[in-house]
Amino acid sequence: MHTIKHQKARSLYPTFERKAPGADVSHYCPGCGHGTVHNLIAEAIDDLGIQDRTIFCSPVGCSVFGYYYFDTGNIQCAHGRAPAVASAIRRTHEEAIVISYQGDGDLAGIGMSQIVHAANRGENITVFFINNAIYGMTGGQMAPTTILGQKTVTTPDGRHAENEGFPIGMVEIINSLQAPVFIERVSLAGAKKVMKARMAIRKALRNQVEKKGFSFVEILSPCPVNWKMTAVEARRWLENNLEPVFPVGNLRDLPKGPFDKVDKKKDSRMSDRKILEILGVNEEEVHAGTVQLQEEQNVKIAGFGGQGVLSTGILLANCAIAEGLKTTWLPSYGAEMRGGTANASINISHETIGSPIVSYPNVLMVMNLPSLDAFEDKVRPGGAIYVNSSLATRKVRRADVTAYHIPASDMANDLGTIQSASVILLTVYALVSGAITIETLKKVIPLSIKRKNLVDLNMQAIEAGVTWHRDNCPKP
Amino acid sequence: MSLEEKNFIEVNPKRCKGCAACIVACPNGCIEIGSEINQMGYQFARFAVRKCIACGMCFYTCPEFGAITVYQKPRKGA
Repeated sequence: MHTIKHQKARSLYPTFERKAPGADVSHYCPGCGHGTVHNLIAEAIDDLGIQDRTIFCSPVGCSVFGYYYFDTGNIQCAHGRAPAVASAIRRTHEEAIVISYQGDGDLAGIGMSQIVHAANRGENITVFFINNAIYGMTGGQMAPTTILGQKTVTTPDGRHAENEGFPIGMVEIINSLQAPVFIERVSLAGAKKVMKARMAIRKALRNQVEKKGFSFVEILSPCPVNWKMTAVEARRWLENNLEPVFPVGNLRDLPKGPFDKVDKKKDSRMSDRKILEILGVNEEEVHAGTVQLQEEQNVKIAGFGGQGVLSTGILLANCAIAEGLKTTWLPSYGAEMRGGTANASINISHETIGSPIVSYPNVLMVMNLPSLDAFEDKVRPGGAIYVNSSLATRKVRRADVTAYHIPASDMANDLGTIQSASVILLTVYALVSGAITIETLKKVIPLSIKRKNLVDLNMQAIEAGVTWHRDNCPKP
Repeated sequence: MSLEEKNFIEVNPKRCKGCAACIVACPNGCIEIGSEINQMGYQFARFAVRKCIACGMCFYTCPEFGAITVYQKPRKGA
Protein backbone atom coordinates (compact mmCIF):
# COMPACT_ATOMS: atom_id res chain seq x y z
CA MET A 1 0.00 0.00 0.00
CA HIS A 2 1.17 3.49 -0.79
CA THR A 3 1.19 5.91 2.08
CA ILE A 4 0.37 9.58 1.77
CA LYS A 5 3.55 11.50 2.49
CA HIS A 6 2.40 15.04 1.84
CA GLN A 7 -1.17 16.29 1.76
CA LYS A 8 -3.23 19.35 2.52
CA ALA A 9 -2.94 20.38 6.15
CA ARG A 10 -5.78 19.76 8.58
CA SER A 11 -5.55 23.36 9.78
CA LEU A 12 -6.94 24.52 6.44
CA TYR A 13 -10.66 24.30 5.84
CA PRO A 14 -11.87 21.59 3.46
CA THR A 15 -13.63 24.21 1.33
CA PHE A 16 -13.21 27.95 0.95
CA GLU A 17 -16.51 29.77 0.82
CA ARG A 18 -14.82 32.95 -0.38
CA LYS A 19 -15.08 31.87 -4.02
CA ALA A 20 -18.37 29.99 -3.92
CA PRO A 21 -20.13 27.48 -1.69
CA GLY A 22 -18.11 24.30 -1.79
CA ALA A 23 -15.19 25.85 -3.69
CA ASP A 24 -11.79 24.46 -2.80
CA VAL A 25 -9.45 26.83 -4.61
CA SER A 26 -7.93 29.95 -3.09
CA HIS A 27 -8.66 33.50 -4.17
CA TYR A 28 -4.96 34.01 -4.86
CA CYS A 29 -3.63 34.52 -8.37
CA PRO A 30 -1.76 31.63 -10.02
CA GLY A 31 1.77 31.39 -8.68
CA CYS A 32 1.20 33.73 -5.74
CA GLY A 33 3.51 33.17 -2.76
CA HIS A 34 0.73 33.56 -0.18
CA GLY A 35 -0.67 30.09 -0.80
CA THR A 36 2.76 28.53 -0.35
CA VAL A 37 3.22 30.31 2.98
CA HIS A 38 -0.32 29.43 4.09
CA ASN A 39 0.46 25.78 3.41
CA LEU A 40 3.71 25.95 5.38
CA ILE A 41 2.08 27.68 8.35
CA ALA A 42 -0.86 25.27 8.35
CA GLU A 43 1.48 22.28 8.30
CA ALA A 44 3.45 23.71 11.22
CA ILE A 45 0.22 24.29 13.17
CA ASP A 46 -0.74 20.66 12.50
CA ASP A 47 2.63 19.29 13.52
CA LEU A 48 2.86 21.37 16.68
CA GLY A 49 -0.65 20.32 17.65
CA ILE A 50 -1.77 23.89 18.26
CA GLN A 51 -4.74 24.23 15.94
CA ASP A 52 -7.25 24.55 18.76
CA ARG A 53 -5.43 27.41 20.43
CA THR A 54 -4.11 29.31 17.44
CA ILE A 55 -5.49 32.75 16.64
CA PHE A 56 -4.60 33.95 13.19
CA CYS A 57 -4.54 37.73 12.74
CA SER A 58 -5.00 38.63 9.09
CA PRO A 59 -3.95 41.99 7.68
CA VAL A 60 -5.37 44.22 5.01
CA GLY A 61 -4.02 43.25 1.62
CA CYS A 62 -4.32 40.17 -0.56
CA SER A 63 -4.19 37.94 2.52
CA VAL A 64 -7.11 39.80 4.12
CA PHE A 65 -9.16 36.61 3.76
CA GLY A 66 -6.95 34.48 6.00
CA TYR A 67 -10.08 33.47 7.88
CA TYR A 68 -11.47 31.72 4.82
CA TYR A 69 -8.51 29.34 4.87
CA PHE A 70 -7.24 28.77 8.39
CA ASP A 71 -9.45 26.55 10.50
CA THR A 72 -8.23 28.27 13.65
CA GLY A 73 -9.34 31.30 15.60
CA ASN A 74 -9.30 34.28 13.28
CA ILE A 75 -9.35 38.04 13.55
CA GLN A 76 -9.14 40.33 10.56
CA CYS A 77 -7.29 43.39 11.81
CA ALA A 78 -7.41 47.05 10.87
CA HIS A 79 -4.74 47.97 8.35
CA GLY A 80 -1.27 47.53 9.87
CA ARG A 81 -2.63 46.89 13.35
CA ALA A 82 -2.29 43.12 13.49
CA PRO A 83 0.71 43.26 15.91
CA ALA A 84 -1.31 45.46 18.26
CA VAL A 85 -4.28 43.09 18.08
CA ALA A 86 -1.94 40.14 18.56
CA SER A 87 -0.39 41.85 21.61
CA ALA A 88 -3.83 42.30 23.14
CA ILE A 89 -4.66 38.64 22.60
CA ARG A 90 -1.29 37.69 24.06
CA ARG A 91 -1.95 39.71 27.22
CA THR A 92 -5.42 38.29 27.74
CA HIS A 93 -5.11 34.70 26.52
CA GLU A 94 -2.06 33.16 28.04
CA GLU A 95 -2.30 29.84 26.20
CA ALA A 96 -3.22 31.22 22.78
CA ILE A 97 -0.76 30.90 19.91
CA VAL A 98 -0.99 34.22 18.15
CA ILE A 99 0.08 34.67 14.54
CA SER A 100 0.31 38.05 12.90
CA TYR A 101 0.39 37.59 9.13
CA GLN A 102 1.12 40.78 7.22
CA GLY A 103 2.19 42.04 3.83
CA ASP A 104 4.64 44.83 3.05
CA GLY A 105 2.08 47.59 2.65
CA ASP A 106 0.42 46.55 5.89
CA LEU A 107 3.52 45.95 8.00
CA ALA A 108 6.20 48.24 6.54
CA GLY A 109 3.83 50.98 5.36
CA ILE A 110 0.80 51.91 7.42
CA GLY A 111 1.65 49.55 10.28
CA MET A 112 5.31 50.44 10.76
CA SER A 113 4.89 51.75 14.29
CA GLN A 114 2.75 48.81 15.42
CA ILE A 115 5.30 46.22 14.38
CA VAL A 116 8.26 48.13 15.81
CA HIS A 117 6.62 48.59 19.20
CA ALA A 118 5.27 45.04 19.42
CA ALA A 119 8.78 43.78 18.61
CA ASN A 120 10.31 46.18 21.09
CA ARG A 121 8.01 44.93 23.84
CA GLY A 122 9.11 41.43 22.97
CA GLU A 123 5.53 40.16 22.84
CA ASN A 124 5.47 36.38 22.70
CA ILE A 125 3.89 36.32 19.26
CA THR A 126 4.96 35.16 15.79
CA VAL A 127 4.96 37.58 12.88
CA PHE A 128 5.07 36.41 9.28
CA PHE A 129 5.92 39.27 6.97
CA ILE A 130 5.23 38.59 3.32
CA ASN A 131 7.40 40.91 1.26
CA ASN A 132 6.61 40.99 -2.44
CA ALA A 133 7.92 44.53 -2.94
CA ILE A 134 4.61 45.81 -4.27
CA TYR A 135 1.01 46.59 -3.27
CA GLY A 136 -0.81 43.56 -4.62
CA MET A 137 -4.49 43.93 -3.77
CA THR A 138 -4.79 47.53 -4.93
CA GLY A 139 -3.17 46.83 -8.26
CA GLY A 140 0.59 47.17 -8.15
CA GLN A 141 1.50 50.48 -6.52
CA MET A 142 4.93 51.13 -4.99
CA ALA A 143 5.47 49.62 -1.55
CA PRO A 144 8.00 50.67 1.10
CA THR A 145 9.96 47.61 0.03
CA THR A 146 9.86 48.25 -3.72
CA ILE A 147 13.44 48.09 -4.94
CA LEU A 148 15.23 50.90 -6.75
CA GLY A 149 14.43 50.92 -10.42
CA GLN A 150 11.41 48.65 -9.98
CA LYS A 151 8.50 49.77 -12.13
CA THR A 152 5.14 49.93 -10.44
CA VAL A 153 1.89 51.72 -11.23
CA THR A 154 3.01 54.68 -9.13
CA THR A 155 6.67 54.55 -10.20
CA PRO A 156 6.25 54.00 -13.95
CA ASP A 157 9.83 55.13 -14.50
CA GLY A 158 11.13 52.89 -11.74
CA ARG A 159 11.66 53.78 -8.07
CA HIS A 160 14.18 56.59 -7.62
CA ALA A 161 15.80 57.00 -4.21
CA GLU A 162 15.81 60.79 -4.43
CA ASN A 163 12.05 60.85 -4.97
CA GLU A 164 10.70 57.80 -3.15
CA GLY A 165 13.50 56.89 -0.76
CA PHE A 166 15.21 53.53 -0.48
CA PRO A 167 13.59 50.14 0.03
CA ILE A 168 13.14 49.41 3.72
CA GLY A 169 14.73 46.27 5.15
CA MET A 170 12.39 45.15 7.88
CA VAL A 171 14.46 42.36 9.41
CA GLU A 172 17.33 44.84 9.73
CA ILE A 173 15.05 47.30 11.54
CA ILE A 174 13.70 44.60 13.83
CA ASN A 175 17.27 43.43 14.42
CA SER A 176 18.14 46.85 15.86
CA LEU A 177 15.81 46.09 18.79
CA GLN A 178 16.83 44.16 21.87
CA ALA A 179 13.70 42.19 22.63
CA PRO A 180 13.09 39.82 19.66
CA VAL A 181 14.41 36.27 20.01
CA PHE A 182 14.23 35.10 16.42
CA ILE A 183 14.70 37.11 13.22
CA GLU A 184 15.11 35.53 9.81
CA ARG A 185 14.58 36.43 6.19
CA VAL A 186 13.72 33.64 3.79
CA SER A 187 12.76 33.44 0.14
CA LEU A 188 10.31 31.46 -1.97
CA ALA A 189 12.54 31.67 -5.07
CA GLY A 190 13.06 27.93 -5.38
CA ALA A 191 12.19 24.59 -3.83
CA LYS A 192 15.23 24.46 -1.57
CA LYS A 193 14.57 27.99 -0.38
CA VAL A 194 10.96 27.09 0.29
CA MET A 195 12.24 24.29 2.51
CA LYS A 196 14.37 26.83 4.41
CA ALA A 197 11.31 29.03 4.76
CA ARG A 198 9.48 26.00 6.12
CA MET A 199 12.13 25.52 8.81
CA ALA A 200 12.05 29.20 9.78
CA ILE A 201 8.26 29.20 10.02
CA ARG A 202 8.28 26.11 12.22
CA LYS A 203 10.99 27.54 14.46
CA ALA A 204 9.18 30.87 14.80
CA LEU A 205 6.02 29.07 15.92
CA ARG A 206 7.81 26.64 18.19
CA ASN A 207 9.47 29.62 19.93
CA GLN A 208 6.04 30.90 20.84
CA VAL A 209 4.88 27.53 22.11
CA GLU A 210 7.98 27.51 24.30
CA LYS A 211 7.15 31.07 25.39
CA LYS A 212 10.49 32.41 24.25
CA GLY A 213 9.25 35.71 22.90
CA PHE A 214 8.96 37.67 19.70
CA SER A 215 9.75 35.84 16.45
CA PHE A 216 9.84 37.59 13.09
CA VAL A 217 10.10 35.89 9.71
CA GLU A 218 10.28 37.94 6.54
CA ILE A 219 9.37 35.92 3.48
CA LEU A 220 10.34 37.23 0.04
CA SER A 221 7.39 36.19 -2.04
CA PRO A 222 6.54 36.35 -5.75
CA CYS A 223 3.70 38.48 -7.10
CA PRO A 224 3.62 37.35 -10.74
CA VAL A 225 0.54 39.35 -11.73
CA ASN A 226 1.70 42.75 -10.48
CA TRP A 227 5.29 42.10 -11.50
CA LYS A 228 3.80 41.28 -14.93
CA MET A 229 5.58 37.95 -15.33
CA THR A 230 4.79 34.27 -15.31
CA ALA A 231 5.00 32.47 -11.98
CA VAL A 232 8.25 30.84 -13.03
CA GLU A 233 9.79 34.12 -14.24
CA ALA A 234 8.68 35.78 -11.02
CA ARG A 235 10.62 33.26 -8.94
CA ARG A 236 13.70 33.88 -11.02
CA TRP A 237 13.27 37.66 -10.79
CA LEU A 238 12.88 37.34 -7.03
CA GLU A 239 16.16 35.48 -6.79
CA ASN A 240 18.08 37.81 -9.09
CA ASN A 241 16.66 41.15 -8.00
CA LEU A 242 15.02 41.02 -4.56
CA GLU A 243 17.48 38.75 -2.80
CA PRO A 244 20.52 41.00 -3.46
CA VAL A 245 18.62 43.93 -1.88
CA PHE A 246 17.09 41.84 0.89
CA PRO A 247 19.71 39.23 1.77
CA VAL A 248 18.22 36.03 3.12
CA GLY A 249 19.53 34.44 6.28
CA ASN A 250 19.10 34.27 10.00
CA LEU A 251 19.91 37.42 11.92
CA ARG A 252 19.05 36.20 15.38
CA ASP A 253 18.19 32.92 17.06
CA LEU A 254 18.51 33.16 20.81
CA PRO A 255 18.17 30.08 23.00
CA LYS A 256 15.87 32.01 25.30
CA GLY A 257 14.05 35.31 25.51
CA PRO A 258 15.71 38.48 26.79
CA PHE A 259 13.40 38.68 29.77
CA ASP A 260 15.03 36.51 32.40
CA LYS A 261 12.47 37.85 34.74
CA VAL A 262 9.48 36.82 32.65
CA ASP A 263 8.12 34.63 35.40
CA LYS A 264 8.72 37.20 38.07
CA LYS A 265 7.07 39.78 35.86
CA LYS A 266 4.07 37.52 35.72
CA ASP A 267 4.04 37.14 39.48
CA SER A 268 4.15 40.89 39.94
CA ARG A 269 1.00 41.29 37.85
CA MET A 270 -1.59 43.08 39.93
CA SER A 271 -4.56 41.22 41.27
CA ASP A 272 -8.00 42.80 41.02
CA ARG A 273 -7.89 43.35 44.77
CA LYS A 274 -4.56 45.16 44.53
CA ILE A 275 -5.95 47.44 41.82
CA LEU A 276 -8.96 48.26 44.01
CA GLU A 277 -6.62 48.96 46.89
CA ILE A 278 -4.56 51.42 44.84
CA LEU A 279 -7.73 53.11 43.67
CA GLY A 280 -8.77 53.41 47.31
CA VAL A 281 -11.88 51.30 46.91
CA ASN A 282 -12.98 49.40 49.95
CA GLU A 283 -14.89 46.47 48.58
CA GLU A 284 -16.87 46.01 51.76
CA GLU A 285 -18.14 49.56 51.49
CA VAL A 286 -19.83 49.15 48.17
CA HIS A 287 -23.13 47.39 48.32
CA ALA A 288 -23.36 45.60 45.03
CA GLY A 289 -26.55 44.17 43.67
CA THR A 290 -29.21 46.25 45.44
CA VAL A 291 -30.26 48.28 42.43
CA GLN A 292 -32.82 46.95 39.99
CA LEU A 293 -32.97 48.98 36.80
CA GLN A 294 -36.37 49.52 35.16
CA GLU A 295 -34.61 49.70 31.83
CA GLU A 296 -31.08 50.10 30.49
CA GLN A 297 -29.91 53.67 31.09
CA ASN A 298 -28.47 55.40 28.03
CA VAL A 299 -27.29 58.68 29.46
CA LYS A 300 -25.96 61.74 27.68
CA ILE A 301 -24.47 64.55 29.76
CA ALA A 302 -23.67 67.70 27.78
CA GLY A 303 -22.42 71.21 28.41
CA PHE A 304 -19.41 73.50 28.19
CA GLY A 305 -15.98 72.10 28.84
CA GLY A 306 -15.11 72.88 32.44
CA GLN A 307 -18.64 72.37 33.74
CA GLY A 308 -17.74 68.95 35.02
CA VAL A 309 -19.59 67.17 32.22
CA LEU A 310 -16.96 64.48 31.65
CA SER A 311 -16.06 63.99 35.31
CA THR A 312 -19.74 63.77 36.29
CA GLY A 313 -20.01 61.06 33.67
CA ILE A 314 -17.10 59.19 35.24
CA LEU A 315 -18.68 59.66 38.64
CA LEU A 316 -21.95 58.16 37.38
CA ALA A 317 -20.12 55.25 35.76
CA ASN A 318 -18.11 54.60 38.93
CA CYS A 319 -21.31 54.63 40.98
CA ALA A 320 -22.82 52.11 38.56
CA ILE A 321 -19.76 49.88 39.02
CA ALA A 322 -20.11 50.23 42.77
CA GLU A 323 -23.72 49.11 42.43
CA GLY A 324 -22.50 46.00 40.67
CA LEU A 325 -23.89 47.08 37.30
CA LYS A 326 -22.25 47.05 33.89
CA THR A 327 -21.35 50.46 32.51
CA THR A 328 -19.45 52.34 29.84
CA TRP A 329 -18.23 55.93 29.66
CA LEU A 330 -17.37 57.61 26.39
CA PRO A 331 -16.26 61.25 26.30
CA SER A 332 -16.55 63.60 23.36
CA TYR A 333 -14.94 67.00 23.48
CA GLY A 334 -13.19 69.66 21.45
CA ALA A 335 -9.56 70.68 21.63
CA GLU A 336 -10.28 73.37 24.23
CA MET A 337 -9.89 72.35 27.87
CA ARG A 338 -12.33 75.10 28.88
CA GLY A 339 -15.21 76.70 27.04
CA GLY A 340 -15.56 74.20 24.20
CA THR A 341 -18.47 71.85 24.00
CA ALA A 342 -18.27 68.52 25.70
CA ASN A 343 -20.49 65.56 26.23
CA ALA A 344 -20.23 62.18 27.82
CA SER A 345 -22.16 59.02 26.97
CA ILE A 346 -22.80 56.59 29.79
CA ASN A 347 -24.57 53.27 29.50
CA ILE A 348 -25.72 51.41 32.58
CA SER A 349 -27.13 47.94 32.35
CA HIS A 350 -27.48 44.59 34.05
CA GLU A 351 -26.30 43.01 30.81
CA THR A 352 -23.00 43.23 28.97
CA ILE A 353 -22.95 46.43 26.94
CA GLY A 354 -22.18 46.05 23.25
CA SER A 355 -21.39 49.62 22.27
CA PRO A 356 -20.44 52.64 24.37
CA ILE A 357 -22.09 55.02 21.92
CA VAL A 358 -25.32 56.74 22.94
CA SER A 359 -27.01 58.22 19.87
CA TYR A 360 -30.55 58.30 21.28
CA PRO A 361 -30.44 58.67 25.05
CA ASN A 362 -33.29 57.94 27.40
CA VAL A 363 -31.63 60.23 29.97
CA LEU A 364 -30.28 63.63 29.00
CA MET A 365 -28.56 66.02 31.39
CA VAL A 366 -27.82 69.40 29.84
CA MET A 367 -25.73 72.06 31.48
CA ASN A 368 -26.36 74.88 28.99
CA LEU A 369 -28.67 76.08 26.22
CA PRO A 370 -26.62 74.94 23.18
CA SER A 371 -26.60 71.42 24.60
CA LEU A 372 -30.37 71.46 25.11
CA ASP A 373 -30.78 72.66 21.52
CA ALA A 374 -28.42 70.00 20.25
CA PHE A 375 -29.75 66.94 22.07
CA GLU A 376 -33.41 67.57 23.00
CA ASP A 377 -34.70 66.00 19.79
CA LYS A 378 -32.49 62.93 20.22
CA VAL A 379 -34.09 61.81 23.48
CA ARG A 380 -36.26 58.74 23.12
CA PRO A 381 -39.99 59.19 23.84
CA GLY A 382 -40.68 58.51 27.50
CA GLY A 383 -37.17 59.57 28.45
CA ALA A 384 -36.13 62.23 30.93
CA ILE A 385 -34.31 65.54 30.48
CA TYR A 386 -32.54 67.22 33.39
CA VAL A 387 -31.90 70.86 32.58
CA ASN A 388 -29.55 73.29 34.30
CA SER A 389 -32.15 76.06 34.11
CA SER A 390 -29.67 78.67 35.37
CA LEU A 391 -27.98 78.61 31.97
CA ALA A 392 -30.49 76.90 29.69
CA THR A 393 -33.00 79.66 29.73
CA ARG A 394 -35.79 78.01 27.81
CA LYS A 395 -38.02 75.15 28.83
CA VAL A 396 -37.94 71.70 27.26
CA ARG A 397 -40.34 71.83 24.31
CA ARG A 398 -41.11 68.16 23.97
CA ALA A 399 -44.23 66.79 25.58
CA ASP A 400 -43.32 63.10 25.30
CA VAL A 401 -40.46 63.30 27.82
CA THR A 402 -40.31 64.21 31.50
CA ALA A 403 -38.41 67.44 32.08
CA TYR A 404 -36.75 68.64 35.28
CA HIS A 405 -35.68 72.28 35.28
CA ILE A 406 -33.16 72.67 38.09
CA PRO A 407 -31.36 75.99 38.71
CA ALA A 408 -28.22 74.02 39.40
CA SER A 409 -25.57 76.66 38.66
CA ASP A 410 -27.31 79.15 40.97
CA MET A 411 -27.64 76.52 43.70
CA ALA A 412 -23.98 75.52 43.31
CA ASN A 413 -22.87 79.14 43.32
CA ASP A 414 -24.71 79.65 46.61
CA LEU A 415 -22.77 76.71 48.04
CA GLY A 416 -19.46 78.26 46.94
CA THR A 417 -18.44 76.30 43.87
CA ILE A 418 -20.28 76.65 40.59
CA GLN A 419 -18.55 73.51 39.30
CA SER A 420 -20.67 71.25 41.47
CA ALA A 421 -23.79 72.14 39.45
CA SER A 422 -23.51 68.93 37.46
CA VAL A 423 -23.45 66.90 40.68
CA ILE A 424 -26.78 68.48 41.66
CA LEU A 425 -28.24 67.31 38.35
CA LEU A 426 -26.76 63.88 38.89
CA THR A 427 -28.28 63.72 42.39
CA VAL A 428 -31.76 64.51 41.09
CA TYR A 429 -31.31 61.93 38.35
CA ALA A 430 -30.23 59.34 40.93
CA LEU A 431 -33.33 59.97 43.03
CA VAL A 432 -35.76 60.03 40.12
CA SER A 433 -34.37 57.00 38.29
CA GLY A 434 -33.12 54.91 41.17
CA ALA A 435 -30.28 53.77 38.91
CA ILE A 436 -27.78 54.58 41.64
CA THR A 437 -28.36 55.31 45.30
CA ILE A 438 -27.40 58.51 47.13
CA GLU A 439 -25.50 56.36 49.60
CA THR A 440 -23.29 55.02 46.80
CA LEU A 441 -22.85 58.47 45.33
CA LYS A 442 -21.57 59.76 48.65
CA LYS A 443 -19.15 56.87 48.97
CA VAL A 444 -17.80 57.17 45.45
CA ILE A 445 -17.32 60.96 45.40
CA PRO A 446 -14.28 60.96 47.72
CA LEU A 447 -12.63 58.41 45.39
CA SER A 448 -13.14 60.65 42.36
CA ILE A 449 -12.17 63.97 43.93
CA LYS A 450 -8.80 64.36 45.56
CA ARG A 451 -9.14 67.74 47.28
CA LYS A 452 -10.81 67.43 50.66
CA ASN A 453 -12.60 70.82 50.61
CA LEU A 454 -14.10 69.98 47.21
CA VAL A 455 -15.36 66.68 48.57
CA ASP A 456 -17.23 68.58 51.24
CA LEU A 457 -18.65 71.05 48.74
CA ASN A 458 -19.82 68.19 46.54
CA MET A 459 -21.41 66.51 49.53
CA GLN A 460 -23.29 69.75 50.12
CA ALA A 461 -24.25 69.77 46.43
CA ILE A 462 -25.71 66.30 46.86
CA GLU A 463 -27.74 67.52 49.85
CA ALA A 464 -28.93 70.51 47.81
CA GLY A 465 -30.01 68.14 45.07
CA VAL A 466 -31.84 65.92 47.56
CA THR A 467 -33.64 68.98 48.98
CA TRP A 468 -34.60 70.22 45.50
CA HIS A 469 -35.96 66.79 44.64
CA ARG A 470 -37.99 66.64 47.87
CA ASP A 471 -39.51 70.08 47.23
CA ASN A 472 -40.10 69.80 43.50
CA CYS A 473 -40.77 66.19 42.62
CA PRO A 474 -44.12 64.96 43.85
CA LYS A 475 -44.08 61.48 45.31
CA PRO A 476 -45.75 59.04 42.97
CA MET B 1 7.63 -1.93 -13.11
CA SER B 2 4.10 -1.32 -11.98
CA LEU B 3 2.79 1.82 -10.36
CA GLU B 4 2.44 -0.12 -7.13
CA GLU B 5 6.19 -0.08 -6.67
CA LYS B 6 6.82 3.60 -7.32
CA ASN B 7 6.29 6.92 -5.62
CA PHE B 8 3.88 9.23 -7.31
CA ILE B 9 1.98 12.46 -6.96
CA GLU B 10 -1.60 13.30 -7.67
CA VAL B 11 -2.51 16.70 -9.09
CA ASN B 12 -6.10 17.69 -8.48
CA PRO B 13 -7.06 19.20 -11.85
CA LYS B 14 -9.86 21.25 -10.32
CA ARG B 15 -7.50 23.00 -7.93
CA CYS B 16 -4.44 23.56 -10.12
CA LYS B 17 -4.01 27.02 -11.64
CA GLY B 18 -1.21 25.94 -13.95
CA CYS B 19 1.46 28.26 -12.56
CA ALA B 20 4.15 25.62 -13.17
CA ALA B 21 6.03 26.34 -9.95
CA CYS B 22 5.96 22.59 -9.21
CA ILE B 23 7.51 21.78 -12.55
CA VAL B 24 10.56 23.90 -11.74
CA ALA B 25 10.62 22.57 -8.18
CA CYS B 26 10.72 18.89 -9.11
CA PRO B 27 14.33 17.66 -9.10
CA ASN B 28 13.55 14.83 -11.50
CA GLY B 29 11.35 16.55 -14.02
CA CYS B 30 8.32 14.42 -13.24
CA ILE B 31 5.65 17.06 -13.80
CA GLU B 32 4.44 18.79 -16.92
CA ILE B 33 1.64 21.08 -18.00
CA GLY B 34 -0.99 19.16 -19.90
CA SER B 35 -3.05 20.33 -22.81
CA GLU B 36 -6.42 19.99 -21.10
CA ILE B 37 -8.09 23.04 -19.61
CA ASN B 38 -9.93 22.93 -16.30
CA GLN B 39 -13.12 24.74 -15.25
CA MET B 40 -11.18 27.83 -14.15
CA GLY B 41 -9.62 28.02 -17.60
CA TYR B 42 -6.13 26.88 -16.65
CA GLN B 43 -3.99 24.25 -18.29
CA PHE B 44 -3.25 22.20 -15.25
CA ALA B 45 -0.15 20.27 -14.25
CA ARG B 46 0.02 16.50 -14.39
CA PHE B 47 2.34 13.80 -13.17
CA ALA B 48 4.11 12.54 -16.28
CA VAL B 49 7.43 10.86 -15.57
CA ARG B 50 7.67 8.11 -12.97
CA LYS B 51 10.92 9.18 -11.34
CA CYS B 52 9.28 10.57 -8.21
CA ILE B 53 11.29 10.31 -5.00
CA ALA B 54 8.47 11.65 -2.84
CA CYS B 55 10.66 14.54 -1.71
CA GLY B 56 7.69 16.90 -1.47
CA MET B 57 9.37 19.81 -3.25
CA CYS B 58 6.39 20.21 -5.59
CA PHE B 59 4.00 19.96 -2.65
CA TYR B 60 5.75 22.65 -0.62
CA THR B 61 6.23 24.98 -3.58
CA CYS B 62 2.63 24.73 -4.80
CA PRO B 63 0.68 27.86 -3.90
CA GLU B 64 -2.70 26.14 -3.95
CA PHE B 65 -4.25 24.19 -1.11
CA GLY B 66 -4.30 20.48 -1.61
CA ALA B 67 -3.68 20.65 -5.35
CA ILE B 68 -0.83 18.16 -4.96
CA THR B 69 -0.77 15.01 -2.83
CA VAL B 70 2.43 12.98 -2.59
CA TYR B 71 2.29 9.19 -2.24
CA GLN B 72 5.19 7.12 -1.08
CA LYS B 73 5.74 3.60 -2.34
CA PRO B 74 5.37 0.73 0.12
CA ARG B 75 8.50 0.17 2.20
CA LYS B 76 10.28 -3.11 1.64
CA GLY B 77 8.97 -5.75 3.97
CA ALA B 78 5.95 -3.66 4.86
